[in-house]
Amino acid sequence: MSLALSRPARSAAPGVFVALALTLAVGWLLVTIDGGQLFSQSTTVSLLHVAAGLGLVAVGQTMVIIGGSLDLSVAYVLSLSTLVAAEAMNGRDGALLPGAGLALAVSAAIGLLNGVLVTKVRINAFIATVGVGLLLKGYLENGYDGPAGKAAPALVRTLGYQRIGPVPVSFLLLLAVAAAAWFALTRTRFGHHLIAVGGDPEVARLSGVRNDRILVTAHVLCSLCAGLAGIYLAARLGAGAPRVGTEGLYDLESIAAVVLGGAALAGGRGGVAGTVGGVLLLASIDAIFNQLEVDAFVKQVIRGVIIIAAVAVYARRALRKAA
Amino acid sequence: MRIAERRRLPVRPGRSRSGSLLPILAILVALLVALTLRQPDFLSPPSLMSFLGRSAPIILLAAGQYFVIVAGEFDLSVGSLVTAQVVVAARLIDSEPSRTWPVILLLLAFGAAVGLANGLITTRLRVPSFITTLGMYLILVGAVYLWSDGAPKGGLAEEFRRFGRRAFEDVPLLGRIPYALLVLLVVAGLAALLTRSDFGQTLVAVGGNPRTAELSGVRVRSVKTAAFVLSGLSAAVAAILIGGYSGVSFQAGAGLEFGAITAVVLGGVALGGGRGSVVGAMLGALTLETLFTLMNFYGVSGALRSTVQGAIILLALAVSSVRSVSR
Repeated sequence: MSLALSRPARSAAPGVFVALALTLAVGWLLVTIDGGQLFSQSTTVSLLHVAAGLGLVAVGQTMVIIGGSLDLSVAYVLSLSTLVAAEAMNGRDGALLPGAGLALAVSAAIGLLNGVLVTKVRINAFIATVGVGLLLKGYLENGYDGPAGKAAPALVRTLGYQRIGPVPVSFLLLLAVAAAAWFALTRTRFGHHLIAVGGDPEVARLSGVRNDRILVTAHVLCSLCAGLAGIYLAARLGAGAPRVGTEGLYDLESIAAVVLGGAALAGGRGGVAGTVGGVLLLASIDAIFNQLEVDAFVKQVIRGVIIIAAVAVYARRALRKAA
Repeated sequence: MRIAERRRLPVRPGRSRSGSLLPILAILVALLVALTLRQPDFLSPPSLMSFLGRSAPIILLAAGQYFVIVAGEFDLSVGSLVTAQVVVAARLIDSEPSRTWPVILLLLAFGAAVGLANGLITTRLRVPSFITTLGMYLILVGAVYLWSDGAPKGGLAEEFRRFGRRAFEDVPLLGRIPYALLVLLVVAGLAALLTRSDFGQTLVAVGGNPRTAELSGVRVRSVKTAAFVLSGLSAAVAAILIGGYSGVSFQAGAGLEFGAITAVVLGGVALGGGRGSVVGAMLGALTLETLFTLMNFYGVSGALRSTVQGAIILLALAVSSVRSVSR
């Protein structure tokens, strides 16, 4: 794992960008034959909007996956965050910052709970975060039938819809968060420790890393990212939406993006650049399907196949490398 | 994921097995007492029999999930599989009684095939099982909507539905015996036999420590695949009962995968594999159903079911983790 320590992100990141380029090329060809336009302003803008939401969640997911854990509660955290933000703001610009702050605080608290359950109580990460997800699911289903609250108009104007050329502000936010995460992973002690914990927890512990503290931090950061994605979606939709996270499949897709980006699900390897590539790949596939007007149900079937196939291909490659 | 750390071979499987049934039995009895206090005639034979019949599907799913979990994997596709089966059955039978048995055979084959696919993808392609089965979930839900153009078609013949909703009436002492209960007893018996067979022991060894099992000559991949097939089959049987009891809907199986996992955890099976018993898992499912009935009697919103399941999962595992540390 010393290899992973010295070169955290380089191993698999280019692969996903090659796949992205190929997908875009093939997609462009198909859409053009079909008589549409893949790279028109409006398609590009909506592609980047999709990427912004998924990307924020996936960057957070990268942290926990590198640490050898994972988070299946992100979809519910995201939904909850849209509601907390929108209800706290209630359409007032003055409440924008407190509302966003409250949503992030709630998200961070859930991340803390996830982290403590995984490290201190020693519950398997998959089942601990599914359990927390179910807690939130019940709360959301019991309390809300549909959209609630109202996002601050200023937030809707800026984070929701403002853009510079074809690039939405929200995508710039994703790039900023991704850059911060990249810096944290590659240039700080926390990042190196996280990679060490994911690579081999026992070795990390014996080398003086405080495994639990590192992993709890990663879980808090992951939930914060999901909470931020929730604030963005509240801005986009103008209100809190209790089912937006699960219907958008943010849990499964964020994990798929991270794996596509080259992270090992067993931890210790992966990088933010790869994840952003994976997110752009998934968002591009989505945009191509939309342009080709593929039936929503067919889309869902293909999504399932792509996710399984992508992970399978990656697992195969990792296996060959190990051999 | 940290599954590997906690996998260990059961040193004395016999002891841990009987030991782990006591807590779940105690909880079940406590809940039944609470239920009877609120609803005195709940324990009267006819009502109890109907309750057991109603609980049969989730108990069957818990048994299927047990095999997968004890082998160290998860099956999150069972809920969508149940939905798919019910919708497929309705369209194929199309209210034609003579098609009942061929369709039932087809459903069992369909369940086994989905389980086989889950197992092969997980073991041969080395995709983590929660990704395989969540992907399968997307595929099944998408495919079934696509196949029926967004609304369930056809209908289930009474021939088919009787398994889920009819009973032998006027039985002395018991009042009535639902067909579903008989199906459950047969499957439960088979499942219990299976866990005592070589296959069952091997499964526990595979979940306990795959490496050791592999080195002692176990074909780990085939054994795990077989566990997924069993889970698919149990979903098929559950779907036949659910279709009969509540009819055709796209919501037929919604959320059942979490119910089954909660039941298995509650029944004392260590997640990550290697411990627990199938009887414990089935008792866990019965306890969960009892709890939901109790919540219902006390007017707690059904929307809170998920929260209760989440709380149970976390509490049960926290308790077992604290106990294993202090030991």
